[in-house]
Amino acid sequence: MSKRLAAGGRLIDRAIPLDFTFNNKRMHGYEGDTLGSALLANGQVLVGRSFKYHRPRGIIASGAEEPNGLVNLGSGRTLEPNQRVTTTELFEGLRAESQNHWPSLEFDIGAINTHLSRFLPAGFYYKMFMWPPVFWKYVYEPFIRASAGLGRAPNARDADTYEHFNTTVDVLVIGGGIAGLQAAKAAGENGARVLLVEQTAHWGGRAPVDGAVIGGKPADAWIEDTITDLEAMDNVHIRTRTMGAGVYDHGYVLAHERISDHDPREDRPRHRLWRIRAGQVITATGAIERPLSFAGNDLPGVMLASAVRDYAVNYGVSTGDRAVIVTNNDDAYRTALALHEAGTTVKAVLDARTQAAGRLPDKVRALGIRVETGTGIAKVKGVARVDGVALCAQSGNGSVTEELSCDTVAMSGGWSPVVHLWSHCGGKLLWDADRAMFRPDPDKAPTGADGAGFVHAAGAANGEMSTGAALADAHRAAAAAMGKKLRTKASTAEDEEEMPLEPVWLMPQGAGDALRSKTWLDFQNDVKVTDVQLAAQEGYESVEHTKRYTTLGMATDQGKTSNINGLAILSKSLGADIPNVGTTTFRPPYTPISMGAIAGEARGKIFQPLRRTPLHDWHDRNGAHWEPVGHWRRPYAFPRDGETVEQAVSREVKNAREAVGLLDASTLGKIIVKGPDAGRFLDMMYTNMMSNLAPGKCRYGLMCSENGFLIDDGVVARIDDDTWLCHTTTGGADSIHAHMEEWLQTEWWDWKVFTANVTEQYAQIAVVGPEARAMLEGMGGMDLSAEALPFMQWREGKIGDFDAHVFRISFSGELSFEIAVPASQGRAFWDALIKEGAIYDAMPYGTEALHVLRAEKGFIMIGDETDGTVIPQDLGLNWAISKKKEDFLGKRAQERSHMTDPGRWKLVGLETVDGSVLQDGAYAIADGRNANGQRNTQGRVTSTYYSPTLGRGIAMGLVLNGPDRMDEVISFTRIGGEPQKARIVGPVFYDPEGEKQNV
Amino acid sequence: MLILHCPHCGIDCDETELSPGGEAHITRHGPGASDEKVEEYLFLRENPKGVHFERWRHSMGCGKWFHAARCTMTLEVFGTYPAQTTEPPESIRKILSEKRPGWSWRDFA
Repeated sequence: MSKRLAAGGRLIDRAIPLDFTFNNKRMHGYEGDTLGSALLANGQVLVGRSFKYHRPRGIIASGAEEPNGLVNLGSGRTLEPNQRVTTTELFEGLRAESQNHWPSLEFDIGAINTHLSRFLPAGFYYKMFMWPPVFWKYVYEPFIRASAGLGRAPNARDADTYEHFNTTVDVLVIGGGIAGLQAAKAAGENGARVLLVEQTAHWGGRAPVDGAVIGGKPADAWIEDTITDLEAMDNVHIRTRTMGAGVYDHGYVLAHERISDHDPREDRPRHRLWRIRAGQVITATGAIERPLSFAGNDLPGVMLASAVRDYAVNYGVSTGDRAVIVTNNDDAYRTALALHEAGTTVKAVLDARTQAAGRLPDKVRALGIRVETGTGIAKVKGVARVDGVALCAQSGNGSVTEELSCDTVAMSGGWSPVVHLWSHCGGKLLWDADRAMFRPDPDKAPTGADGAGFVHAAGAANGEMSTGAALADAHRAAAAAMGKKLRTKASTAEDEEEMPLEPVWLMPQGAGDALRSKTWLDFQNDVKVTDVQLAAQEGYESVEHTKRYTTLGMATDQGKTSNINGLAILSKSLGADIPNVGTTTFRPPYTPISMGAIAGEARGKIFQPLRRTPLHDWHDRNGAHWEPVGHWRRPYAFPRDGETVEQAVSREVKNAREAVGLLDASTLGKIIVKGPDAGRFLDMMYTNMMSNLAPGKCRYGLMCSENGFLIDDGVVARIDDDTWLCHTTTGGADSIHAHMEEWLQTEWWDWKVFTANVTEQYAQIAVVGPEARAMLEGMGGMDLSAEALPFMQWREGKIGDFDAHVFRISFSGELSFEIAVPASQGRAFWDALIKEGAIYDAMPYGTEALHVLRAEKGFIMIGDETDGTVIPQDLGLNWAISKKKEDFLGKRAQERSHMTDPGRWKLVGLETVDGSVLQDGAYAIADGRNANGQRNTQGRVTSTYYSPTLGRGIAMGLVLNGPDRMDEVISFTRIGGEPQKARIVGPVFYDPEGEKQNV
Repeated sequence: MLILHCPHCGIDCDETELSPGGEAHITRHGPGASDEKVEEYLFLRENPKGVHFERWRHSMGCGKWFHAARCTMTLEVFGTYPAQTTEPPESIRKILSEKRPGWSWRDFA
């Protein structure tokens, strides 16, 4: 039975008790506890169920590597699944629930899988769910989905807030153990701007637990002094609860700070994502202890030796009354010493090595604790938790020599440096056979923009496991990061001499199938030694493939405890050396970070910036039904008095045709092109001639990419001798400006041309309809008569009191004035138009009416009639393509054989036979079927609307040989119905002579 | 995330300030060019493992285009230079010859 000891616990404050619940059971802990230590203190050894077999699972670790202790934290809007109990700091009122079981943690139906494990081998899903194919959709997929996933995804909106923080430092030190502290101190004292981050709430890492003495002082005192020194330096910043999550190209690092997880009552962001630009990075990320692979090593009560020691020393928690320690190295003897001091009975230390002659084993023996060498565990006894262990010779096949009763097994298979952050950005590893570990290869560091290494591993993360060596290594790393000899010296420590470990990848060495099939490698995903061996047998040679086939090292812990053991088994099965098999790729983040932190402040209204025209507020107050257009919001229509949106669109269209419509066209792109070579430049940009346009006149133009495809259109106005104003589509304003700049800067850089995007400098309003002129004349100001301002011309002057550029252009087929006023006058001008318009029944109209009006006139719309594969010739726009010009962008590409193919679909108008509306994107059906058995097609609908003017559906589309097939009736697909018949007609449905716009 | 030096405004730019523009030093082939030249111009691109010349635009900054000589494997940046040139400048080629002896890229070496 695990319990709280009467005394001890360097991290807890027994004066501050905290209450929390686990599966709705009230429990008690202390300030400073983790949820893990508090659960153990309350005797809760069983904390979850494994993923595949639903085996009972207990806590095995004390830190970020924990594979088993995963819980749902919180509820409702604060629910978060898969939180590690070992890194969750306890707070008053914490609510946790265990996962992956039904109906309860203690009694779980899914546990039957453990008896079926014979039928659930590696690759089970791939083997089982193959045949017959028809089973996939209705049988296999629902089954897999129902059983997949740990934890429960929250379904309520996250109640917490998150933020991003950007910073730049010379040296970023990741990890606040003694190596990180030493490195930060050395870099700071030598003048670098330093940021030191530590994932836990405490500085100093393992050193105090392991009883290190640094510079003659106990580790705790040295740590406190060093923190005081660091805090005194202005150029050094330090942060606890901040995990270095990922190292990326050129010194970009993400860190994840848990600001208020430990005290959620406070009103502040929950997490903060640090976006760090570091000149140099020191990874002082420590090491993780490896489990040993023996039968029954997954039973609750089997823990890492270091964790058992941590719980005793840091939290005053005993993980059991009678412990057996099993090891292949000297370090685990420290656990025997710690437990002895805490008053727990250590029944034996089982050392797989043939000799245990170091000073630590001697100390343990001196306390009267039994030490057995050459001995391992044949199997752990117990059903839902450890009752005892059966001993055997490590060199044998598992014949039991003796049984010991115990309730804790503390195992140590040696230590693996945490090389994740070193590896994220390409740092390579080397296999240190003497110490049985992968450690950073100093000659193959991740390289930065200058080609030199920018990451330096320090301390245990660099394979330096003893205190003194780690401190010296950290000082060396700081010097390397700063690229100079430092005038400071590393702190020193007396290291206890340790004897080398002996790699033990299977216990006992000759364990047979029965034992191996009960020997776990990956506790979270239920991968056993036999699974990896089976994968190897089935031909999986790549460690990456084996990972995915067996699920070894997948999911939330990414194999922090299982990877090395798993690949050692794989390499043995393949008869290859461990370094030749290699590791799987280490990918960020080091441990999971919250989606909220990734989003930061970018949620809700500030997810992305909203662009507003000067008239936005008016639209908002006058019932605009909004449509997102890029970052803009444009009114789709202005429904009135209980109208539907469709009714409003019809009213707006009719009113523009019969009286006056007002359109906010401010979003249209407006680009000034100016300079002695501006005309020549525009002749290259547009398919038609712009250089010969006279000042005061306007011309519609098409722009193509160099591949020949139509990318934008709009009216160009010549302002003066060397100035043109190019109108672009709303979506094209920025991209066309960039397109112009690209050609000016990178191809014709000797041409004297400036461009300026003045889209937001003007409010532009279209006054459209037969009464438009009368209405504007009523406001006073410039002469707007047909003689003074003919169609396709523009003038500068005054409308009322407003400074206006008036363009007589029409995208509706009606008499139309597009009036640009300075953006600052836009709202006042609009208000004046609305006021004056009352006499003429003027009404605002939205983008949908604009679309209907243009479609009735057969005007194309970029993005409807074009999709990046359409050339102007497809749209019957040959009239807008100059035959005189030697060159323009896209001209040569339009001569390619594919572009001149007479079989290209061409633009036509489409009238349904019954007056109904075609579906957008519907295909014209042709005879026969293609190789895939699908109906052949001969065209498609590009724009389709109900025309209030004509009282019927109208459409445009691209049809094979369309212009030569006038009046032919063809069929179009209709989703959810029979095909629709439509007649091919000309694309201009309304006023084909253009009389109405030219009055 | 890359850092590239903008030769126009002198800033070391974060990749988020930049827009990539594909391969550098491409010769335009317009009207009158053969199909082969047009294919080469529009479609054929290098895909080297190692030294590469690229176009970038400081789009969230000064707006200027520039070129970068970069290693596609290690992401080492050998240098950046203004886009108003048809070939890599001598200074960049010298750096390349020091750092990647025997380098070649298209017809340049």
